[in-house]
Amino acid sequence: MIEIKDLHKSYKMGSNSLHVLKGINFTAQSGELVAIMGSSGSGKSTLLNILGMLDGADNGEYILDGVPIKDLTETKAAQYRNKFLGFIFQSFNLINYKSALENVALPLYYQKVGRKERQVKALNYLERVGLKEWATHLPSELSGGQKQRVAIARAMAAEPKVLLADEPTGALDSKTSYEVMDLIQKINDEGNTILVVTHEEDIAHMCKRIVHLKDGVIVEDKKIEQVRAEQYV
Amino acid sequence: MFNRDRWREILEVLTSNVGRTILTAFGVCWGIFILIVLLAAGKGFENGIRQDFGDIATNTMFMWTRSTTKAYEGLPKGRSFEFKVDDVQAIKDNVPNLRFISPRNQLGGFRGGGNVIRGIRVGAYNVYGDYPEIINQDPMTVTSGRFLNHNDIQEKRKVAIIGQGVKSELYEKGEEVLGTYIKIQGVNFMVIGTYKKNSNDGDGEEAQKEIFVPFTSFSQAFNRGEDVGWMAITAHDGSSISQLKEGIVNVMRERHKVHPEDKRAIGYFDLYEQFNRVESLFFGLKAIAYLVGIMVLLSGIIGVSNIMLIVVKERTKEIGIRRALGEEPISIKKQILMESIFLTIISGMIGIIFGSLVIYGINSLLDSVGPVDMFVNPSVSVGVVSGALTILMVSGLLAGFIPAQSAIRVRPIEALRTE
Repeated sequence: MIEIKDLHKSYKMGSNSLHVLKGINFTAQSGELVAIMGSSGSGKSTLLNILGMLDGADNGEYILDGVPIKDLTETKAAQYRNKFLGFIFQSFNLINYKSALENVALPLYYQKVGRKERQVKALNYLERVGLKEWATHLPSELSGGQKQRVAIARAMAAEPKVLLADEPTGALDSKTSYEVMDLIQKINDEGNTILVVTHEEDIAHMCKRIVHLKDGVIVEDKKIEQVRAEQYV
Repeated sequence: MFNRDRWREILEVLTSNVGRTILTAFGVCWGIFILIVLLAAGKGFENGIRQDFGDIATNTMFMWTRSTTKAYEGLPKGRSFEFKVDDVQAIKDNVPNLRFISPRNQLGGFRGGGNVIRGIRVGAYNVYGDYPEIINQDPMTVTSGRFLNHNDIQEKRKVAIIGQGVKSELYEKGEEVLGTYIKIQGVNFMVIGTYKKNSNDGDGEEAQKEIFVPFTSFSQAFNRGEDVGWMAITAHDGSSISQLKEGIVNVMRERHKVHPEDKRAIGYFDLYEQFNRVESLFFGLKAIAYLVGIMVLLSGIIGVSNIMLIVVKERTKEIGIRRALGEEPISIKKQILMESIFLTIISGMIGIIFGSLVIYGINSLLDSVGPVDMFVNPSVSVGVVSGALTILMVSGLLAGFIPAQSAIRVRPIEALRTE
């Protein structure tokens, strides 16, 4: 599903440049649930940004579902993001003047899905994250865990190939974190490919594979026994 | 354009900070208000001036004789001369494209008050000896009876048309006028008609106090022989009297043995030239109104642009999220542009409405206090209003352009980083 070969990325900070990714090689199969771990400054967010086509790599190959991701125009990148990727952010990033339903329907709007169909679909996804009754509420009326579940519903609404989660539990207490992870595991059970960036061990162990990043290179890549989050909920 | 979601979003954004939106809108509103009111005031002034010109045919010149200032063909300078009746035919033969040539004689006016008597009442009026064509050059409405005709001229009938002002001074209210006699400098004329002129300036009263009698009867009754006091000459619509006047004056110089370079011997007044001068004044007024209005509008538009920039700045994160979710840059650009255009047009409309209300108010004020000198019916045409709307459209587009450009320059990764 995801194939990365010898990926390099550096940022120019004035006169000196900061080499963040120093040759990453990585593949993920369809249906995998991968945790990307690393301390701050290890390059995990940069990697996720490149995977999410929010940023471009300096060198190397990136192939997503058989499509080489290279030299994208902004318009093309937007289309690919919409078609291939769903984002889950640490700070939820819901649009605060739109209701939960409208937030979930947004990616469908960009796919030019008709209004009626969009609402039906969005409501369906809200139901799946258990927030059907909250459809008309604004994000400010929701708790952190609920917000993140709306964000997950939104990420899934466009039926992407890959879900990218950047510290999805970073702003949540442990109980809510486990609820969110439970949801992510269930989505994964349905066959969705999910990449989770985290620096929390317990969260990482709820995935099926852990990739350790340190100073811009992968130092460890192992399959693990998944800890189900259900038991903590 | 007719996308329901987009419009909902525009309204959401604009109503999210109502106070700011209203203040921004006020700039544009004020600009278009000033533009409309200035244009209306200019129009009112123009209407006023045009009414002063009355209905007089504007493609007209008046020509009279003065004394010569150069000796010529053995004749001394300082010689007085008069136009003669056959000069009219000579001008007609030599100068093409002339529509009317009316020789006129006059009693009263600046040459002393003519004495008109009826019974025990006396008045001083301008008395003109005229041909029937004069009604085309100095239009008037015949309110009773008839105007002069060619039979009057040929038979030298002693008949007269009198103005409203003459009637009200020489007659009792409700008294029958037609068929009565008035004595003009001792000669009796029968009144065959009354007239009224459309003019409301300072000359208005004077214009209603004139008496028209046939040219031929005038000449005979008041001993003018073949002399012509002055002429009113009107050109055909296609040609301007200003261009023809030199030819006319030359014919007269030749016939009356005036030195070809004697500029002073024949006097004339070119109404067309005057009218043109006033026309260019109107044009200048309009240009100033547009300039001032658009300048004020411009500052309003800069305000809109400014606010849109701030809105984009505030929504940086939101724009980043949208782009992460796959919104295309062109769609974001469209959104910002439409917000800007919508805001300008709505506020412009409000400005137009307020401007129209003010104009309406001024008009009803003018109606209630009566006519004001040189200011009549200030108004703006539908053309001006649609022009203003076009200006608004374009300016909304311009105002939104820079913010829209800066919105699509937002990179999603940077936007998401702002916490």
